Amino acid sequence: MTSFLLRRLLQAVGVVLAMTLLVFIGVYAVGDPVEILISPEADQQERERAIQALGLDLPLWRQYLVFLGHALHGDLGRSFVFNEPALQLILQRMPATLELAFGATLVALILGLPLGLYAGLKPNALPSRAIMAGSILGFSLPTFWVGLMLIMVFAVQLGWLPSTGRGETRSLFGMRWSFLTLDGLAHMAMPMFSLALSRIGLVIRLTRSGVRENMVMDYVKFARAKGLSPRRIVFVHIFRNILIPVVTVMGLELGSTIAFSVVTETVFAWPGMGKLIIDSINVLDRPVIVAYLMMIVLMFITINLLVDLSYSLLDPRVRLESRE
Amino acid sequence: MGRYGKAVATAAMTALLLPSLAAAQGTGQSLTIAVGAPVTSLDPHYHQLSPNNAVADMIFDGLVNRDAHDRNRPGLAIEWHAVDPTTWEFKLRPDVRFHNGNAFTAEDVAFTLARVPRVPNSPSSFALYTRPIQAVEIVDEHTIRLKTAVPYPLMPTDIANLRIIDKETAENATTEDFNAGRAAQGTGPWRVLEHRNGDRIEFARNDNYWGGPPAFARVTYRMITNDATRTAALLAGDVDFIDQVPTADLARLRREPRVTLSQAVGLRIIFLGLDFSRGGATPFITDNDGKPIEPNPLKDVRVRRALSVAIDRGAIVERVMEGAATPSGQFLPEGSFGYVPDLAAPRPDPNQAKRLLAEAGFPQGFRITLHSPNDRYINDARIAQAIGQMWTRIGLRTQVEAQTWPTFIARAARQELSAWLIGWGSSGGEASNPLRNLVATVNRDKGWGASNRGRYSNPAMDALLDRAMVELDDPTREGLLRDATRLAMEDVGIIPLHIQTNIWAMRRGLQHEARADELTRAQDIHPAAAGADSRPATAPDARPAR
Repeated sequence: MTSFLLRRLLQAVGVVLAMTLLVFIGVYAVGDPVEILISPEADQQERERAIQALGLDLPLWRQYLVFLGHALHGDLGRSFVFNEPALQLILQRMPATLELAFGATLVALILGLPLGLYAGLKPNALPSRAIMAGSILGFSLPTFWVGLMLIMVFAVQLGWLPSTGRGETRSLFGMRWSFLTLDGLAHMAMPMFSLALSRIGLVIRLTRSGVRENMVMDYVKFARAKGLSPRRIVFVHIFRNILIPVVTVMGLELGSTIAFSVVTETVFAWPGMGKLIIDSINVLDRPVIVAYLMMIVLMFITINLLVDLSYSLLDPRVRLESRE
Repeated sequence: MGRYGKAVATAAMTALLLPSLAAAQGTGQSLTIAVGAPVTSLDPHYHQLSPNNAVADMIFDGLVNRDAHDRNRPGLAIEWHAVDPTTWEFKLRPDVRFHNGNAFTAEDVAFTLARVPRVPNSPSSFALYTRPIQAVEIVDEHTIRLKTAVPYPLMPTDIANLRIIDKETAENATTEDFNAGRAAQGTGPWRVLEHRNGDRIEFARNDNYWGGPPAFARVTYRMITNDATRTAALLAGDVDFIDQVPTADLARLRREPRVTLSQAVGLRIIFLGLDFSRGGATPFITDNDGKPIEPNPLKDVRVRRALSVAIDRGAIVERVMEGAATPSGQFLPEGSFGYVPDLAAPRPDPNQAKRLLAEAGFPQGFRITLHSPNDRYINDARIAQAIGQMWTRIGLRTQVEAQTWPTFIARAARQELSAWLIGWGSSGGEASNPLRNLVATVNRDKGWGASNRGRYSNPAMDALLDRAMVELDDPTREGLLRDATRLAMEDVGIIPLHIQTNIWAMRRGLQHEARADELTRAQDIHPAAAGADSRPATAPDARPAR
């Protein structure tokens, strides 16, 4: 177990280093942050001052070494745009993104699992066909279009839900959360659903195919022969087995929901990390881009680790390392 | 199943409760504004950026403020004049207090002027406006003198960019203290209640504002960057007022009875820059076989004129911009200081363009690539495509390459392009600003030509500009600026296209004084006078000369 964790940790350090190097080279190749940030009226002297103030007068390799030196002391640099520590900016925005991502995953599981189970158990029933057709739509509709349509229908035409923003928030652990107030929940409803839509489709498909596969397995036949109730067979034996692919996929999807819900956050003016990163990329705010991607890489590594660990809970045959 | 049912019922109930909430927010004493560009800081001296300046105008005042037409108006100074050629004197407004109750005095002005060039990590500082000041002399509590090395007519215009802060509060304050609202103590019409970075700023009315208290008790200033969402939020009644109305939504919003629009001719010119830096071949012009052309055809004024008269500016304004622009043949709109009355937008004339090309030795035309950003100016890439077609019509095989702004501007700054579409907003509404920045010969010591990416150079025009920059007599200076503008335009130093119209939209029942400088400020919004609801709150387009 320890050596497994240690190996994972080393991998993580390697991936983070490679990623930071890529971002530095990438931003350098795209353009010059000063050209974008500086007022067009600034004259040559002012431009030189700004380049120096942001530390962009050094050669790229020295900028990178300076960054690494500071990073070792836990300082990921200050945002060029906001003049605040990059990490602090990201952490400020994190609760908004987290509640949306977890909300969307929850919705996807709550709706997806029962529907998929039904479609798997009664593959030829008419409702099952409708569910499967619907899941294809869920996959293929572009998020940004779905978001705008939701706003047009539920906010502009019907006036049921607020169009944008987080609404009223309440503090918990020193952070602001929308899901703790009714107004906040109403603001969350549309972005959460639009983010969940493709995941619902995914869960339905995974669950259905899992059920179909397992129904014909020997252990199910044996359980039937033993005289177990169909309810117990489905909800205890089959359910546990189909959860393995669902957990893997939803784990990774959770990661990408947190990291890349850019479109949904922009459409609903949801002040989360996704909106921060896209704004930062637009102005080449390198410290924020680097800090954000470092955090995302670490998050993916952690999620992968958790997914691996959960396998061993769900399926006793899976061992984290061979015991030869 | 019972549990899900309950959850659904709760959600439905929540939904039913909401319209009343939203409606309550829209009326009465509070106002919700949604802007398209994020505000990055509440520190008025940290980043020279329009959205930040708009919010700074709500919290602070300058010695000189700017009215809707961008003309200088008394702010915290009630009067100013040059006591001798190199000394400006400002008489300060008495009995003004900061939000925290501190009295405003000349000490605060001196402190502000000293702080401006020393804001750490500033990505674009205001230091260029304090640089001409050699010495600051406090005459008495309400009189301050600024000394310059040479006569400096632009002092009041420059000083209008600097918002005055409270010395006591800001002495040890960092940009973060301003962002947190603690240090954001100004003399302006609004006090900061709360600032959530990139999301919203909450303001309360300053009841003791020297200019009279504004119309609303509370203002929520939200940032909604997506155009379609911003319009939808207005239609849904979640916000009362939006800026940067997309031209695609204009026709629909004009028909919408719940919405009123306001508009003003702006100060942003969209133009084409051309490569003057190369005597030999320029990279994106080749002959019809793809071979480089030497010398650079753009050095020939006949070719530049042909490129200009080939463009049908009226068609671009009407079809691409949906009318939200004015065709232009110079930097500034009518009524600005230095506007040349008899310099009209060139009339489209493809035949003349072909003739000019033939005279210049290109009867068969050539191939050219026009570069453009695709996410910076209103409809930028579509304008470039329209121009591409117009140039093709006169025999130039034109390719249009539209890129995202960071990539585009980096290439333009490295002088990699031959012809490109770009814009310029003239702050101060004064012709020396675009002349110095866009067409004056590049000169680091004078700070000229910093945005002259084509390296245009015209010594005769430079000489006129030199004289204008030290001329304190306004009519004489305006004459010099007009002559300089005429020289640059007749020589086609840039190809002006149109001046953008700034458009705002609001729920019916509000009135807005639309600004030429694009700034969205809550103090410009009022409840409409009774019976005036249906009249669009349009500022007069004609701009009286100052």
